Amino acid sequence: MTRLQTRFAALKSAGRCGLIPFVTAGDPGPELTVPVMHALVAAGADVIELGVPFSDPMADGPVIQHASERALAHGVGIKDVLTWVSRFRERDSDTPVVLMGYLNPIEIHGIEEFSRDAMAAGVDGVLLVDCPIEEDEATVPIRAHGLHRILLAAPTTSEQRLLQACEAADGFLYYVSFAGITGAARLSVDAIADRVASIRARSSAPVAVGFGIRDAESAQAIAAFADAVVIGSALVDTLAGAGTEGEAASRVQAFLAPIRAALDDKT
Amino acid sequence: MPSVQIEDFHAYPDAKGRFGAYGGSYVAETLMAPLAELTEAYLRMRKDPEFVAELDYDLAHYVGRPSPLYLCERLTREVGGARIVLKREDLNHTGAHKINNTVGQALMARHMGKPRIIAETGAGQHGVATATVAARLGLKCVVYMGARDIERQAINVYRMKLLGAEVRPVTSGSKTLKDALNEALRDWVTNVEDTFYIIGTVAGPHPYPMMVRDFNAVAGREARAQMLDEYGRLPDVITACVGGGSNAIGLFHAFLNDREVRLVGAEAAGEGLQSGQHAASLAAGRPGVLHGNRTYVLCDDHGQITETHSISAGLDYPGVGPEHAFLKDVGRAEYVGIDDAEAMQAFHALCRTEGIIPALESSHAIAQAIKLARELPRDGLVLCNLSGRGDKDVHTIAAREGIEL
Repeated sequence: MTRLQTRFAALKSAGRCGLIPFVTAGDPGPELTVPVMHALVAAGADVIELGVPFSDPMADGPVIQHASERALAHGVGIKDVLTWVSRFRERDSDTPVVLMGYLNPIEIHGIEEFSRDAMAAGVDGVLLVDCPIEEDEATVPIRAHGLHRILLAAPTTSEQRLLQACEAADGFLYYVSFAGITGAARLSVDAIADRVASIRARSSAPVAVGFGIRDAESAQAIAAFADAVVIGSALVDTLAGAGTEGEAASRVQAFLAPIRAALDDKT
Repeated sequence: MPSVQIEDFHAYPDAKGRFGAYGGSYVAETLMAPLAELTEAYLRMRKDPEFVAELDYDLAHYVGRPSPLYLCERLTREVGGARIVLKREDLNHTGAHKINNTVGQALMARHMGKPRIIAETGAGQHGVATATVAARLGLKCVVYMGARDIERQAINVYRMKLLGAEVRPVTSGSKTLKDALNEALRDWVTNVEDTFYIIGTVAGPHPYPMMVRDFNAVAGREARAQMLDEYGRLPDVITACVGGGSNAIGLFHAFLNDREVRLVGAEAAGEGLQSGQHAASLAAGRPGVLHGNRTYVLCDDHGQITETHSISAGLDYPGVGPEHAFLKDVGRAEYVGIDDAEAMQAFHALCRTEGIIPALESSHAIAQAIKLARELPRDGLVLCNLSGRGDKDVHTIAAREGIEL
């Protein structure tokens, strides 16, 4: 089993809902990414989603757009992101790391080289926002090198395509909770629960729900039926402006601790 | 010469929206359903005699088609080479080719029952053309425009407002056209139920490159028939400016299978291709993925999209339509850079010799037409797309020449 499969299996047998925090690599500062990753784990993260900055993040709301811009202002590129993952691995060999990003930076780096280097650095999966299953041939090297290629499903996804995504699901399936961009807030818990149930009927892959989950209350509501919750914009917003390792770590702890507690509190 | 033998250029794109290696649908999962809905609707409507008749009526009575061909006698004499013939898209309603596409897409929006229209705009021409048709059909219209472009194009912003559109400033990224496109995509992803997104060029995800091309292709179909009718033969070479590439593909498309007709796209070389200050994605970029399609893009070695420069805001875009990328790779069309100074010279030449004030975008095509005419004998024929009129650019040109209006 891969690190990601092991982690989801452990969560399942413990009856726990996974916590997947998202941070943009290189934000709030390049020197803070590795310490922040460790802080996320200390605060209860089960999987880390690390955003690869892109100049044109068309699926992201203002919070993650600005985080990307700040990271790019520091000149952060894919090589940096992979270096930070391997440094994180020096002290943590258990927590899965999934990279989330857009296709162009990866293709310009070379998808073959990227996949090989990411695997070597200790990356577990790759989620490409702008690469639906129809364009899968662009991502063949990702799987060929042993990385999970995380697929998404959305409220607008048709029955036929949902079936395709369920069949191809790899690592976990990321369910986008509403039609919109990251950071917006219009959760309709019942509708999400229905869709997740329909995914479960078609696939044994774990289902992580993201977009619009911002606090303990919303996380707990989703945890009633999801295998994991993804929290991005609210965390990125909390971290913005943190100047030191200590400050970043304490902000992570203060933000995630109540969420972790709420998740473990579910019955 | 073509490195790949293509039997029928009109067979593209394929069902996945691919032009060879380019095109496709590189978008967020949420947009796949509305794109499929749009593709299905478009393929149905373009064969629907009622829709076609409605579109033809609008093109004739609202846009003012067909636009004439015009032989530039004095310019030809001054250049001293082949005859230069203009396709007068500047005579369309709103003063440019952009209306051909917005009329078509707005009709689609109405047929699909979408009461709200969104668009992105750079210089404001597509925004104006969209606001125009939205006003006519009584559709709500929101136009995204980079904050920096809003400052540069105050008159077009005011025109859009007069036409009842809401202009939303975009302050992310470089605050220009590419960022306006991102923001429009974000709006669409949030409002897929009631919103129709009118993309202004032959870029974006499938079916846009095909659909926008088809709506613009009327210019090429007319021009081909007019050439045969008025000159008894096809031109030796056709040229048009290329930003996203909608006016160029519109003119080229009817001629793609006429292998003897040379096709040349003029991209914005800005301060020169060597300077890095340009918008020549085909001449100086590389294959990548931007705004939903695989195409040539301008980006750095980290894959980050770079800021572009051109005197002409309408060409200031770091990507290009995927069909152009395909035509370049198979050798069917050539793409060259025309710099700001060359475009300015051509602008003045056309004003002075023909009494026509061309748009700065189209001035790039005029400059290329002049170069091509010089290479050909006097009985040769160069067909050039005069895609827009230059009234909107008068302030930019005056400022560049140090004249206060």
